[in-house]
Amino acid sequence: MNSSVSIDLEACGRTFAGGHTALHPLDLNIAAGETLVLLGPSGCGKTTTLRLISGLERPDPNGRVRFDQRDVTPLPIEKRKVGMVFQSYALFPNMNVAANIAYGLRIQRLPATEIQQRIDAVMAMTDLKGFGERRIDELSGGQKQRVALARAIAVRPRVLLFDEPLAALDAKLRDRLRIEIARLLKELGITAVYVTHDQSEAMALGDRIAVMHQGRIAQLGTPQEIYHRPASTFVADFIGAVNRLPVLAAGAAGRLVVHGGELHSPHLRGKRTLYCRPEDIHVVALDAAAIRGRVVESVFLGQSQRLLVDTGSDAPLQVDTGSRRQWRAGEAIGLAIPPEVLFHPEQQPRTEEVAHG
Amino acid sequence: MSAVSQQRPQAGAASSRTPVPTAALRGLGHPALWALVPALTLFCAFWLLPFARLVLMGAEVDRGSGVSAYLAILTHRQYLTSLAATLGISLVVSLAAVGIAGLAGFFLARHRFAGKSLLVASLTFPLAFPGVVVGFLVIMLGGRQGALAQLSLWLFDERWMFAYSLLGLFVGYLYFSIPRVITTVMAACDTLDRSLEEAARSLGASTWQVARDVIVPGIAPALLSTGAICFATSMGAFGTAFTLGTRMSILPLDIYGEFTNYANFSMAAALSVVLGVITWIALSVARRLAGGGLGAPA
Repeated sequence: MNSSVSIDLEACGRTFAGGHTALHPLDLNIAAGETLVLLGPSGCGKTTTLRLISGLERPDPNGRVRFDQRDVTPLPIEKRKVGMVFQSYALFPNMNVAANIAYGLRIQRLPATEIQQRIDAVMAMTDLKGFGERRIDELSGGQKQRVALARAIAVRPRVLLFDEPLAALDAKLRDRLRIEIARLLKELGITAVYVTHDQSEAMALGDRIAVMHQGRIAQLGTPQEIYHRPASTFVADFIGAVNRLPVLAAGAAGRLVVHGGELHSPHLRGKRTLYCRPEDIHVVALDAAAIRGRVVESVFLGQSQRLLVDTGSDAPLQVDTGSRRQWRAGEAIGLAIPPEVLFHPEQQPRTEEVAHG
Repeated sequence: MSAVSQQRPQAGAASSRTPVPTAALRGLGHPALWALVPALTLFCAFWLLPFARLVLMGAEVDRGSGVSAYLAILTHRQYLTSLAATLGISLVVSLAAVGIAGLAGFFLARHRFAGKSLLVASLTFPLAFPGVVVGFLVIMLGGRQGALAQLSLWLFDERWMFAYSLLGLFVGYLYFSIPRVITTVMAACDTLDRSLEEAARSLGASTWQVARDVIVPGIAPALLSTGAICFATSMGAFGTAFTLGTRMSILPLDIYGEFTNYANFSMAAALSVVLGVITWIALSVARRLAGGGLGAPA
């Protein structure tokens, strides 16, 4: 099954008939065997990008889609050998599980024995043994999506495309199937493009993540890069929670004065706002604290609790702590923020600055 | 057909699993039943009693043959041919309408273009016409002085006409069947999950394979039910046939003839009952097939 290809999008934009630009011309290179996640809120252009790769949509003139350097732009989806998995499962309701999986193989007119072998193989891979004769409406959501996955890989596609495949499932099932998909993608070594609006899914599955916003790629990078070094405030906000600490004044010896105290952060000197993740702020003893504030609220999350701490700025600081101590509203609390966890997105589009005040 | 037989056990299972509605109805008690009284009264007075009388009347001795009218229908060539012709033309009309208008409806549902709503409006316009007007239109087209006759007279010095033959009847029936199918198919296509077609195409299916494997099964319930309604309408269409003054003998005209020309009430009643029963069977079979939800969205 090592027939995976590299995908190159060249100046691929998509403008709809009404003049609405779903996607600004973008360049994107996906390596053979890589899993790229397109992540973003609805309407960001991630599904349009996927549909351009699949051949369900054509890019605006000048846009080029290449599989292994070969131009496939004029080819419709049925000629591109791509496997697709949809949010709605898209299983044929008039066929049973085996017939669904066999559909693409029948279209290719493979011999019956080979069809049977491939059905057995993919059903074993997707944990569907014994389900061949089941009707589609007798399956649970998770089973349906596994059938859809089996159907897509049975034809040995060059690329696997996922359009929010887990969005219709409940949380527990979503986690399980996500792990299965990740395992399967590694096993197959197939190039995959995965569209989602769920950041944890993106982190867990993506070799790289393209965060999309308003028809453009806001940042392209590994999950670690995206999370720890977000390129823009939009990315920082979209991936996980983030705190903003406005710098009030420059203190002595590279110190920056913020609400509630002072921070040592030589590498971010001159910045007007500092950013950090809630889990990177530590709760410390009051007399050793760099920042002091009062607990406004505590929310128990199970593995941790999130404290909202008022330090005198507009928005309370979000602090995640593994401590089992129960905090009362109004209680004084001491915080420490190590310099290395503070960051500042390089690129700050004006629209976002306005949006966030 | 296999899809239908697979459907059955599931439907049975569903009904055995749901004793709740019966209990709920029982819980409501008498007031709910009293609410049915007006409807039941109307039903008895204006449908059940006349129909029972009709059924009994059909069993009486037929004037022409001297046997029970039901028996006369089965034993007399004249009535059997008429029955066969009516069934035949209704069946052919339904199939043709589903074929032609099914395609058109699918196309209209899937494409946007300038003037589309105008086109749909004009295609469904015949629904507004009574059968008499449809018959009149057919005569205008294929009658003795019709457009086709004028054209052929000018070209070949011959009068071509079809209005008074089986073909005229066919055209007339098709004319008022097509709008029904188009509107039903358009509605059914709108509810069809587009990703099903996209999935089939991603697996390599060509346009006609997608149509065969996804679209037709998906809208099969709609096609069946609309086909059955076309069939029922064609079985009972009187106005068109009467206006065309067709030489064909078909059931609705026979009923009219037996009743008004020969005062043969028992035969008119028997033919009416036969017509009604056939139509009812067609509708209920279609309802059962369509109700199984052969891939239809709930």
